[in-house]
Amino acid sequence: MKKIRIGSGAGYAGDRIEPAVELAQKGQLDYLVFECLAERTIAIGQKQKKQNASKGYNELLEARMRAVLPSCYKNEVRIITNMGAANPIAAGHVVMSVARELGLESFKVAVVTGDDVLLELQRLDLKLIEAGVALSQSGKDILSANAYMGIEGLVEALESGANMVIAGRVADPSLFLAPMVHEFGWSRDDWRKLGKGTCIGHLLECAGQITGGYYADPGVKDVMNLARLGFPLAEVDESGDAVITKVEGSGGVVCEATCKEQLLYEIHRPDQYFTPDVVADFSNVTFQQEAENRVAVKGASGLPRTDTLKVSVGYNDGFIGEGEISYAGPNAVARGQLALDIVKERFTICGFEPVEARYDLVGLNALHGVTRSAQNEPYEVRARVAVRCSTLEDAIFVGNEVETLYTNGPAGGGGVAKSAKAVLAMDSCLISRDQVHASIIILGGDKE
Amino acid sequence: MKLRDIAHSRTGDKGNTSNISLIVYDMKNYDLIKEAVTAERVKVWFGDIVSGEVVRYELPAIGALNFVMYEALGGGVTRSLALDIHGKSLSSALLDLVV
Repeated sequence: MKKIRIGSGAGYAGDRIEPAVELAQKGQLDYLVFECLAERTIAIGQKQKKQNASKGYNELLEARMRAVLPSCYKNEVRIITNMGAANPIAAGHVVMSVARELGLESFKVAVVTGDDVLLELQRLDLKLIEAGVALSQSGKDILSANAYMGIEGLVEALESGANMVIAGRVADPSLFLAPMVHEFGWSRDDWRKLGKGTCIGHLLECAGQITGGYYADPGVKDVMNLARLGFPLAEVDESGDAVITKVEGSGGVVCEATCKEQLLYEIHRPDQYFTPDVVADFSNVTFQQEAENRVAVKGASGLPRTDTLKVSVGYNDGFIGEGEISYAGPNAVARGQLALDIVKERFTICGFEPVEARYDLVGLNALHGVTRSAQNEPYEVRARVAVRCSTLEDAIFVGNEVETLYTNGPAGGGGVAKSAKAVLAMDSCLISRDQVHASIIILGGDKE
Repeated sequence: MKLRDIAHSRTGDKGNTSNISLIVYDMKNYDLIKEAVTAERVKVWFGDIVSGEVVRYELPAIGALNFVMYEALGGGVTRSLALDIHGKSLSSALLDLVV
């Protein structure tokens, strides 16, 4: 039975680079996928592109490619990524210039575009799901709208023979499903196989999260060598069954428990995982440890895909101002609480009315609230004030007020940090499939 | 005993919705968590952290439950004022539950 090996070279935009190099060198891969585009990352990219038309792609693209391209080229590993973010064409040119510099003859990049649907969204005046009203009624300052595309453009790009495929907003599992469909010739309505492939993609898309990252709990779930965590690869056969593993000698662990945690990561209904390609069913998936760091995956399925695509909509949503200060030793909690009370009162005195605010004691109640805070008093706490503001000036004011606690607040306050940032929030909507068209642009490929 | 003694957990986020898996180490404890850790109990356990409803899905094939908690992330990762904007630490609170 035909098999392919697909590696996962990144779980998010800023992920470690060496594990991808290790996969490219020692993974005996056919494909190396880099999933680097969280929901908000693309909106940040759109903002960067507005400021500079040649930017808006993943900031680590050049460094990553410089590191992995020589091994990928030598070992004939094809790369698939959404690192194009808001500007896949510019990203394609960056990769081509790195390839030229490295002397990779006839290197060819296929760029997939078509996910930017801001104009269509405005023309159709679609309903924003979280806001619950149409775009024009929402009063929101919309910055970007990118549809989650499926495998269509990616498969077409792979058919071009390109060494590397660069897209923007495509669904994460589609990056992994595309090479399976391309290699095995799966029918586009073989929902069971598409469901199985989507499951494999979902398991791989967060890279280290299935090889022992985001898992360790000392004494309970010990993981060796997390500083040298190996990223995962899947050996996939043409029936859609797979084994998840990693490069021998790398850190981390692949076991049934890591696979189970990742299967349910960011999943709601397990029998209805919506992607542009299929409605995947993970409810009967099973894992079987067949050797050390080798786990077989079986049992996923799928139902026909829906007629709509999800669109990520980015909008400007005011500002957040923050300030923090620490207290330690006897009575630290009381002094931290006094610090928060002072800041609250200062806001009133200054006539400042926060739109929304949080007053936390980090080390005591910042993560799970007051009701679940520790019985035992911690040795140190960090008082933290975070406020939603309508202007940047107000956001700066929040941090400054916390800073004044140095000389005006409780005894022994130290280590002030403050920040003021613009908020780029996300909503979503559904767009009809016929409004979204993938197109492919080929760069390079000639003998130069 | 605490859930931590028999199960492990991972949190994920989508918008303002948090999902927490609860997975038994030993399949023989699946019925126990299915019985003891209801959606209602999880909703009460998280108190004012979760404004919306909690829905539970069962995965007997891997010995797991999946809790989907709506309106749990202060508006979601992009606009939350919280220190833990993703709510990634919430799984640890679930494992502290006594069964």
